[in-house]
Amino acid sequence: MTDQPLVKMRDVWLEGRSDELWNPIINGVDLTLQKGEVLGLIGESGAGKSTLGLAAMGYTRDGVRISKGSVEFDGIDLLTASAAVKRELLGKRIAYVAQSAAASFNPAHKLMDQHVEGPVQHGVMGRGDSEADGIELYRKLRLPNPDEIGFRYPHQVSGGQLQRCMTAMAMSCRPDLIIFDEPTTALDVTTQIEVLASIRDIVEQFDTAAIYITHDLAVVAQMADTIKVLLKGDEVETADTRTMLSAPTQEYTKSLWAVRSFERPLKPAVQTGAVPVVSVQNVDASYGTVPVLHDVSFDMHEGRTVAVVGESGSGKSTTARCITGLLPPKAGQILVNGEVMPPDYRKRNKDQLRQVQMIYQMADTALNPRMSIGQIIARPVEFYLGLKGRERRKRVDSLLEQIELEPSQYYHRLPSELSGGQKQRIGIARALAAEPKFIICDEVTSALDQLVAEGILRLLARLQDELSLSYMFITHDLATVRAIADEVVVMKDGRVVEQGPKKDMFKPPHHAYTDLLLSSVPEMDPDWLTNLLNERGVDNIGDAAVDKM
Amino acid sequence: MGNVLKIILQRLALGLLTLLIVSMVIFVAVNLLPGDFAQSILGQGATPEAVASIRTDLGLDRPPVTRYFQWLGGVLQGDLGTSFAQANFASFTGTDSGATTVAQQIAPRFANTMFLAMVTAAIAVPFSIILGILAALYRNTVFDRATNIFTLSSISSPEFFLAYILILFLAVLTPIFPSLSNIYEGMAFSERLEKSMLPALTLTLVVTAHMMRMTRAAIINLLASPYIEMARLKGLSPMRVIVKHALPNALAPIINVIALNLAYLITGVVVVEVVFVYPGIGQLFVDSVKIRDIPVVQACCLIFATAFILLNLTADIMSILSNPRLRHPK
Repeated sequence: MTDQPLVKMRDVWLEGRSDELWNPIINGVDLTLQKGEVLGLIGESGAGKSTLGLAAMGYTRDGVRISKGSVEFDGIDLLTASAAVKRELLGKRIAYVAQSAAASFNPAHKLMDQHVEGPVQHGVMGRGDSEADGIELYRKLRLPNPDEIGFRYPHQVSGGQLQRCMTAMAMSCRPDLIIFDEPTTALDVTTQIEVLASIRDIVEQFDTAAIYITHDLAVVAQMADTIKVLLKGDEVETADTRTMLSAPTQEYTKSLWAVRSFERPLKPAVQTGAVPVVSVQNVDASYGTVPVLHDVSFDMHEGRTVAVVGESGSGKSTTARCITGLLPPKAGQILVNGEVMPPDYRKRNKDQLRQVQMIYQMADTALNPRMSIGQIIARPVEFYLGLKGRERRKRVDSLLEQIELEPSQYYHRLPSELSGGQKQRIGIARALAAEPKFIICDEVTSALDQLVAEGILRLLARLQDELSLSYMFITHDLATVRAIADEVVVMKDGRVVEQGPKKDMFKPPHHAYTDLLLSSVPEMDPDWLTNLLNERGVDNIGDAAVDKM
Repeated sequence: MGNVLKIILQRLALGLLTLLIVSMVIFVAVNLLPGDFAQSILGQGATPEAVASIRTDLGLDRPPVTRYFQWLGGVLQGDLGTSFAQANFASFTGTDSGATTVAQQIAPRFANTMFLAMVTAAIAVPFSIILGILAALYRNTVFDRATNIFTLSSISSPEFFLAYILILFLAVLTPIFPSLSNIYEGMAFSERLEKSMLPALTLTLVVTAHMMRMTRAAIINLLASPYIEMARLKGLSPMRVIVKHALPNALAPIINVIALNLAYLITGVVVVEVVFVYPGIGQLFVDSVKIRDIPVVQACCLIFATAFILLNLTADIMSILSNPRLRHPK
């Protein structure tokens, strides 16, 4: 530890402009970071983590301002420094790794051209040296084909690899500080673990200080020396990682920790011979000529939840599209209550359509922004049940009550006036309006914060008990599976690799791929990543391990 | 790359189909014009017999469908027909130029028009793009506003007005360029260039606004993208952020606006030609419409349509090539 901290933020206030008013984002937060230290910054979306992280670089986005306080980097006051002085620091001594590498790499230039831009423009190295150094960094970050990967365009490289290329780019000038802004949030669990391991290694190797921003507690536990918890712009508490995990002092922090404890009681096994509500039988499907599903079969029974898990591209959502008839299967069939459904939804009658409903991942885009909540829910009520006038209103009100939103308050509002969790509730009410027995929930909680997500899961569980609904729950989050599933179906490359009751799935022995998925979910134990790496070796985690299967 | 080639071939086929439809529209439209060549040449006092005899001579008495296919057949063989005025009445109308076919008549005029269009493009395109980049870089400053006011007022003014203003300042008050652009065959390139300067500058003023404002808007539109934020956070200079990171991704809409304006330069410059006495295709076109010289009118329309289609095709291809996703598929 040196005397002078690398970053010293004192009583920082940040404001954001909306509707001609400046609203507070961060209210008087202090932040101190020593050389080589990794600070985890956690909180829900809207807590101001990213804004604070960027402020540590002396940077604010359009419509945001630092209204009070001081930000010092290595003794330089970033708030009074000229643009030229800041440009000299940015990229060279302070670097940034963004959430979505796919969006943050310029699509028009090759990765290596973007990698060398910093060192060349800042005069740290020549182009040739910087390229050689880039290849060396790619190798250190365990990217495949390190000699060649930099000469591709961003769209030719996968998300997890891009994220590591971006870490390499941040390292290109050997900065003293890197801000990691949710670098693994958009990745699959098996990919995430690889990126985490690479980031941690390289930060340790070059003794770089870092601010690691995330909403995932288990991730931050692996990465950070110190954790700072933010809530709506206020600091809740700061402590070193182990203390924070074992003995949080604030109620809010405890509640964050407790989210993962929600778990439904086990239901008795399905009676043999019972007719499944929905049965998927030997379904093959393809997009154009590209086959995506191969011989997929599983059953879903009344009042139970089947979780379909797998990575992006494994065919989870495609299976849902086959069940709804949006994508007619090439072979096999879909049965609802024992009745064979026409493959194409256009050939299904109103009652057949009514029986299968969907809730979507992005409530934002799934609700018509120009229709009021009342109109959104009334439409299926009228379409499927033929209710009109006062009866229709009564039904909409009772649906709103079922999802725990006060009808008189919400009936006339627009989706844009609701929070993310409330919008997702409206999505649920719209699905319920058709009075189905079966609902497909496609990643319904993945865009939500943990506390809000838990509320949605509890609501879905309650509705299932009251209305004996069946859910097909598509997710890549195994914590959610643990919380609500009765049966689990694991998919990979368009095939079902394993299926069975939940209690069997979380107990060994299981299929190697299930095992890999399970073991890749970060745990709250700060030693989890280290232990896993020791146990398996770096080449047996993540995509490398998937490819070996 | 095979991907791109396939798209280009598709567009070419579509372009040919469009041209065929345009040829029908031209033919129908030209035939809808009130009066015909015979009437306009003989005047009000003509006897019906004289009119009928000229019509028979020129084949105007045949049914329109037959005439269309005769014309189309000729065009497909590269024969644009014979100008009515040149064919039999050249001495009468006083337009004898020794050229007997439409192709011979149009070729030198079209070459002049292309020359003027190219000179204008060579000045206007770089000028507008640089102005657009600077306006984006210094957005919402005095410079940005002045540029906007300048380009918008020049596009809002009538062309002849701009032409006379330029003549006043660049030919009369300070005689730099000649105010008459009567170029002819066999003139040296440098002299041609000098004589074409004033019409080219006038046209530059007309087309700059669209291109400059599209460049500015397309760049500013991208400034909120994560990769632009990333470029800023790498400590790059504002100029580099715009030229190196925003511009390459903004090319597609800019290219399309450039193509539209170049097409305008080929097809719509009659007024400027008249003011500067520039012997381009626009004046020939207007004269031919006046005397209902149908073969010339049709040939001009066809050339304009081809120019439009080819320029748009080029713009499409260049937009595709500016997208690395299409150039380098996974």
